[in-house]
Amino acid sequence: MSIIDLVFLVTAGVTIFASLGVVISKNIVHSALYLVLSFLGVATIYFQLSAAFLGLVQIMIYAGAISVLIIFAIMLVIGEDVNQSNPSTKKGTLIGVIAAGLFTFLVSISVVSSNWTNLVNNVLENPVGDLAQMLMGDYVIAFEVAAILLLVAIVGAIMIAKGAEQEND
Amino acid sequence: MISFEHYLLLSTIIFGIGLYGILARKNAVAVLMSLELMLNAVNINFIAINKFVITGGVTGQLFAIFVIVVAAAEVAVGLALIISIFRQKKSVNLNDFNLLKW
Repeated sequence: MSIIDLVFLVTAGVTIFASLGVVISKNIVHSALYLVLSFLGVATIYFQLSAAFLGLVQIMIYAGAISVLIIFAIMLVIGEDVNQSNPSTKKGTLIGVIAAGLFTFLVSISVVSSNWTNLVNNVLENPVGDLAQMLMGDYVIAFEVAAILLLVAIVGAIMIAKGAEQEND
Repeated sequence: MISFEHYLLLSTIIFGIGLYGILARKNAVAVLMSLELMLNAVNINFIAINKFVITGGVTGQLFAIFVIVVAAAEVAVGLALIISIFRQKKSVNLNDFNLLKW
């Protein structure tokens, strides 16, 4: 077993542990902190897949911005008892275990039993430059639509969170 | 030796955990967090396929960027909705989110 394999196993284990922590913790603040760890674990997986730019984007946007947004929202909507703030329903737990177990089992079986041929090792010399050229070249319309989507999402989020105006004129 | 299958298995497990979280949790914020886990699993798949299936090009990474953009937009709007509903209902329990039911 080489050092690369060991790194993968450790980071995969940490990521799965943190993901389980997100869905199992009784305290939702702990869930959010486990979510940050899970994002960082996924970022290290990106680094191992030679997607360094995506790894940095993951750390900045997910671990930096989205998790802070989630923690702020938790602070705004927290109930009276934080230790029981993340309950699970009995019926939902049963359905969730069955559905998630079945999904994971079936997809794992199909992944393991598939005969992966023609696998390559895609070594990229300049991935960031390629990404930039694709974003500004073939995919420029998708890029602009994504920009408009983000703008609309920001404006919409502000309007929704601000609440209806109570005007009496 | 770590190969393509291991990355697919990892993303399958994370997706399954997220699926469990969406179905089992009652807190709306926890459901959004589980959704983020599922989107992350999809991104691992995109980038693994970019590494092991296509020769040259970064199409998989490009799609992962678009997934991240949509996830950021979705979580912002979702949390705004949760805050707005919390102001009326004083609860983030999904069982209380029955405004559209009769």
